Amino acid sequence: MQFGIFSVGDVTTDPTTGRTPTEHERIKDILTIAQKVEEVGLDVFATGEHHNPPFIPSSPTTLLGYIAARTERIILSTSTTLITTSDPVKIAEDFATLQHISDGRVDVMMGRGNTGPVYPWFGKDIRQGIPLALENYNLLHRLWREDFVDWEGQFRTPLQGFQSTPRPLDDVPPFVWHGSIRSPEIAEQAAYYGDGFFANNIFWPKEHYMQLIRLYRQRFEHYGHGTADQAIVGLGGQAFMRTNSQDAVNEFRPYFDNAPVYGHGPSLEDFTEQTPLTVGSPQQVIDRYASMREYFGDYQRQLFLVDHAGLPLKTVLEQLDILGGEVVPALRKEFATNRPAQVPDAPTHASLVAQRAEIVKAGN
Amino acid sequence: MTTRTIAVISAGLSQPSSTRLLADRLAEATVARLKMQDIEVQLDVIELRDVAQDVTNNLLLGFPSPKLDAVIEKVRGADGLIAVTPIFTTSYSGLFKSFFDILDPQALVAMPVLLGATGGTERHSLALDYAMRPMFTYLHAVAVPTSVFAASADWGSGEGGVKALSDRIVRGATELADLVATSDRSGLVRDPFALDASFSPVGGFGAQ
Repeated sequence: MQFGIFSVGDVTTDPTTGRTPTEHERIKDILTIAQKVEEVGLDVFATGEHHNPPFIPSSPTTLLGYIAARTERIILSTSTTLITTSDPVKIAEDFATLQHISDGRVDVMMGRGNTGPVYPWFGKDIRQGIPLALENYNLLHRLWREDFVDWEGQFRTPLQGFQSTPRPLDDVPPFVWHGSIRSPEIAEQAAYYGDGFFANNIFWPKEHYMQLIRLYRQRFEHYGHGTADQAIVGLGGQAFMRTNSQDAVNEFRPYFDNAPVYGHGPSLEDFTEQTPLTVGSPQQVIDRYASMREYFGDYQRQLFLVDHAGLPLKTVLEQLDILGGEVVPALRKEFATNRPAQVPDAPTHASLVAQRAEIVKAGN
Repeated sequence: MTTRTIAVISAGLSQPSSTRLLADRLAEATVARLKMQDIEVQLDVIELRDVAQDVTNNLLLGFPSPKLDAVIEKVRGADGLIAVTPIFTTSYSGLFKSFFDILDPQALVAMPVLLGATGGTERHSLALDYAMRPMFTYLHAVAVPTSVFAASADWGSGEGGVKALSDRIVRGATELADLVATSDRSGLVRDPFALDASFSPVGGFGAQ
């Protein structure tokens, strides 16, 4: 079981001080936060991709390249990479390069973006969002697996004998997750390729995501990649913790009340009841997230949203200390208890290399 | 005896409200008409003011609270709908529109609907036809030809050959009752494996 954080990369005014960090400060803070993820013993750092203010991560592999150089252990990932509007050739090249730089500590999560105008900004039509995700990923999948690609599609210039460089490290492409909050077609796509499926699980009730995960698991089995409980599932989540739960509530409330997504809407109490957001003591967070597998089945990756809504760097680092120090060790124990033997861990570069060696050996 | 369910939506803001009064009159007349056909009616009366904050939160968050979800299910699964709003600034009230904005655009397809509206003077009565009716047309609901507007003065007049409010209520209710009598919406079994409305690939708010 992998634990980590995913960052949206918003530049938001701290409602308690009225201060807004500069883009420069926020970028530097994110780099600091990512290194802290390794320090506190978590497994994954993922960054979003956005091309509009108030977000800063428009160039994820630049950020992740720096983090790769400053860390040794954590997996670098995205949440998400825009497979709809980015050229799949460039994605293939950027992430293969990152794979070499990080010695294989990279995987990628495909997504369609959360901003309608990002489609026209990159010359695409939002009504083609799903077909773009399907066709572009199909090309990306081939570019990483075939040395020379002849390709023709609806959305991109044809390729004749094209080779993307560098080739994936050890001839093993980065593992791919597909993130979706509402499209069964994307769950189907993840199942078809035997890739991972990630449900962000933060802004809506879990029942909504349970349907998507259920569909993905069924279709994963249908396509012959294993049984439904062997499908590779990732979930998001969000928490704010202090030793005393009332301190957590008091401290987080102004950030909640003014947050870009849910601010000025429901009360903190209603929202924490209706969605997986948990604000309270570390034990409350452990209890809430230990129960997730009852709803989604045993899964492989849990990412938390911790750096958002204007929370200052110091607070975010404290949250990571609590996550790494108390919450995740307890959750690791909980998730290991009664986990069926056939449920796999999330694929890593090492496991994929070993898997490939098995296949090659069997072939000889 | 056959049973049908009718959802009654009132977007009146004050309590007591003349919008609710009109909604109740329309509902009573429809029930009476269906009773003549030996059809029992279960009425679900919904005051939108009771879920006003939930509606706003749904607009902000994209999902309904459990309380609002129960209301939406009542409307979606009814055999017929009576929808009544006050006319504010030449159109239906913002709360009324917001409620229909958060419904799945497919939720009211083929739903028999009787439209009603209230206002200070009868000068606002055409809002029923230039604002309210097109919205239900967009949603592919079946709005009956007669819609009922009640101005303040209507509650105390009817003389001089003008069709009284009660006459219009009966005419609209009769048209609705005839459709509800043959509606089988409440008996439809929903596919338990179907993905729910929020799985629209184009997002919410009917953005097609």
